[in-house]
Amino acid sequence: MNILELHNLKKYFASQKAVDDISFNIEQGSIFGLLGPNGAGKTTLLRMITGIFYPDSGHIIFNGKKYDPINDVGYIGYMPEERGLYKKMKIGEQAVYLAQLKGLSKSDATQKIKDWFIKFEMQSWWNKKVEDLSKGMSQKLQFVTTVLHEPKLIILDEPFSGLDPVNANLIKDEIFDLAKKGSTIIFSTHRMEQVEEICDHIVLINQGSKILDGTVTAVKNKFKENVYQVGATTRPENLMTYIFEVISHQPDQLSIKLQHGSTTNDVLKFFINQDIPIHAFNEVLPSLNDIFIKLVEGTPGARQFQKVN
Amino acid sequence: MNKIWLIFKREYITRVRNKTFLLSTFLLPIVMILFFFGSAYFAMSSKDSLKKIAVVNDPGMYKTNLKSDSVRMVFDFTSNVDSSNFDSKGYNGVLNLNNDSVTKRFTIHSKKQLGLDGKKIIENRLDRAFEKHQLQKKGIQKETLDSINKESMGAFTIDNRLTSEKGKSEQVNAAVNYGVGFGSGILIYITMFIFGAMVMRGVMEEKTNRIAEVMVSSVKPFQLMMGKIIGIAAVGLTQLFLWVILITLLSSAAAAFLPTEMIQQAGNANKAMPGGMAGNTEMAMKIMELQKDISSINWTLIISCFIFYFLGGYLFYASLFAAIGSVINEDPQEAQSLMLPITMPIIFAFIIMTSNLNTPDSKIMVWSSIIPFTSPIVMMGRIPSGVPGWQLALSMVLLIAGFIFTTWLAGKIYRTGILMYGKKASWKEMFKWAFRKS
Repeated sequence: MNILELHNLKKYFASQKAVDDISFNIEQGSIFGLLGPNGAGKTTLLRMITGIFYPDSGHIIFNGKKYDPINDVGYIGYMPEERGLYKKMKIGEQAVYLAQLKGLSKSDATQKIKDWFIKFEMQSWWNKKVEDLSKGMSQKLQFVTTVLHEPKLIILDEPFSGLDPVNANLIKDEIFDLAKKGSTIIFSTHRMEQVEEICDHIVLINQGSKILDGTVTAVKNKFKENVYQVGATTRPENLMTYIFEVISHQPDQLSIKLQHGSTTNDVLKFFINQDIPIHAFNEVLPSLNDIFIKLVEGTPGARQFQKVN
Repeated sequence: MNKIWLIFKREYITRVRNKTFLLSTFLLPIVMILFFFGSAYFAMSSKDSLKKIAVVNDPGMYKTNLKSDSVRMVFDFTSNVDSSNFDSKGYNGVLNLNNDSVTKRFTIHSKKQLGLDGKKIIENRLDRAFEKHQLQKKGIQKETLDSINKESMGAFTIDNRLTSEKGKSEQVNAAVNYGVGFGSGILIYITMFIFGAMVMRGVMEEKTNRIAEVMVSSVKPFQLMMGKIIGIAAVGLTQLFLWVILITLLSSAAAAFLPTEMIQQAGNANKAMPGGMAGNTEMAMKIMELQKDISSINWTLIISCFIFYFLGGYLFYASLFAAIGSVINEDPQEAQSLMLPITMPIIFAFIIMTSNLNTPDSKIMVWSSIIPFTSPIVMMGRIPSGVPGWQLALSMVLLIAGFIFTTWLAGKIYRTGILMYGKKASWKEMFKWAFRKS
């Protein structure tokens, strides 16, 4: 079942087609990666999903019904990239306040916050002020306030920026845990290795349009370039063939790229015929980083201002 | 609605608990009372030192007529004192009366300056002495003149009774009306600035802290803005209320605690003044009259109008201040230039009010007390002198319509501005945000 469906969303600003006809679906319980270079329109898209902006055209289906920002915000938790808290407010009160705005009762909110604070070892923070916290600490607090009301849809914009590896892992584990419990997570980032590690499904947008949509494995397979890694000890002059091309050669390992029409069995046969012993053979799939660069490269690095009629 | 309430509560509680709020609420009345009573006390105590003046070269007529008193000034007619040795003989000064009595210019030598007050007393007593002498020469008893004076001085008073439409006559006292109108106008002016700026800073804080985006993902920007505006209005009312209570309490406490001797001294000084115009009883009568005038004012009307215009004026401008706060970034310099068009009408209203308060029914006062941009300040200045009902009603209705309009307008600017980072919005852009259809 799809928790969220975007249908032909458009949002034009005075000098930008920020989001230009984007559609995709997000399945319940999945961890979804929304990728794109700076200025691609990610934040605008997320703001439409959180109800901050209304789309100029197109519509959003949330949980099977037409999205109604005023009533549905309680089911959504949003941690924007530009995060912030009231600096002068006490941490406990602040968390309770934000939870109440999401519709929780005061006692409910207090109980849940206490549980989370224990989980994250933040019990001693309750009466401290936000201005006393380090960046990483306030990041943790922000995460807690985002997921506190057990939203069906959690939107995290660069959730790991500013976190040390230990705390990043803590948050990552929580993300997996929340997904396991049925929450859907939209994860927006530039850090491709995190996406590869966490996400099931990704969408890549650039210049306001969707340019890629699929599961991580499918996307990788789509962009594979028939590159294989062969564990074998040989010399380059033994590898003159039309079957493949040697990309790199180390003493006991080489990367090859199949020529058009060749199969992996042709390669293996070649090595057997040459009597070169093979101790490893595996396919090299492109990293998302490579795919990202390949797709986005060539378009102007900075988005140009354009005329919108 | 529930969310506005939550936001309101947070704004109110965090502000009321704030140290600056507590300090300004409790310190201001204390400072005011201290200042008031302190200056009264010093004014009194500076008079209490008795001055001994040696008088030399008396042509004859002053010795009998120049009056001494035991509190402020003692004149001693001697001959062996001069400007070089008066200090060693225990005198504060030496008055030389040998100059000609045509120009009536005498010299007094003293170590310390006599001060305006001391000089006045001596001049006054010389005048009286001269008068007494002249009267005696013409065969008139001073007592006769005094009794005539007493009967005629301040014997007549004019009560200005206004005939209102109902035919009921009311007594007016222009000076008291002026004072009350001026005071409440100024109070509205000051509070409008203080609390308007508070709204603006609050919005700027939300924007620069980057909490705005977190907030608007759970509440509508309009709710966020209204919660803040209403919260600060409640803070303002609380502060005004506490000020009134504290000032009343403190001043009555101070009046009960400090003065017995102070009042006595003041009384002595009055009595001691020979032929003094401001006799004790006369002073008391004046004070009583003033009290009567003050109590003749329709305080219920003034206080309820004050609260209305305080809230109305605040609401009218607060949303505009919020809109300004939403379009600027960290740089307070930007705020200055954008605030100008909003502060201008407030200052303008203040100028109109202060310079035309003597003619509360002039055209400019009437119109500026009806137009919402200036009405809160100007109308408060006019109300104590009496305002026709239709003008008051029109002004109130327009003010309510006005703040609904400015809130609607500002809400649209605010909604866009609060999420815009980077450059400051221009007036043209803000205009576009305000008037595009949602």
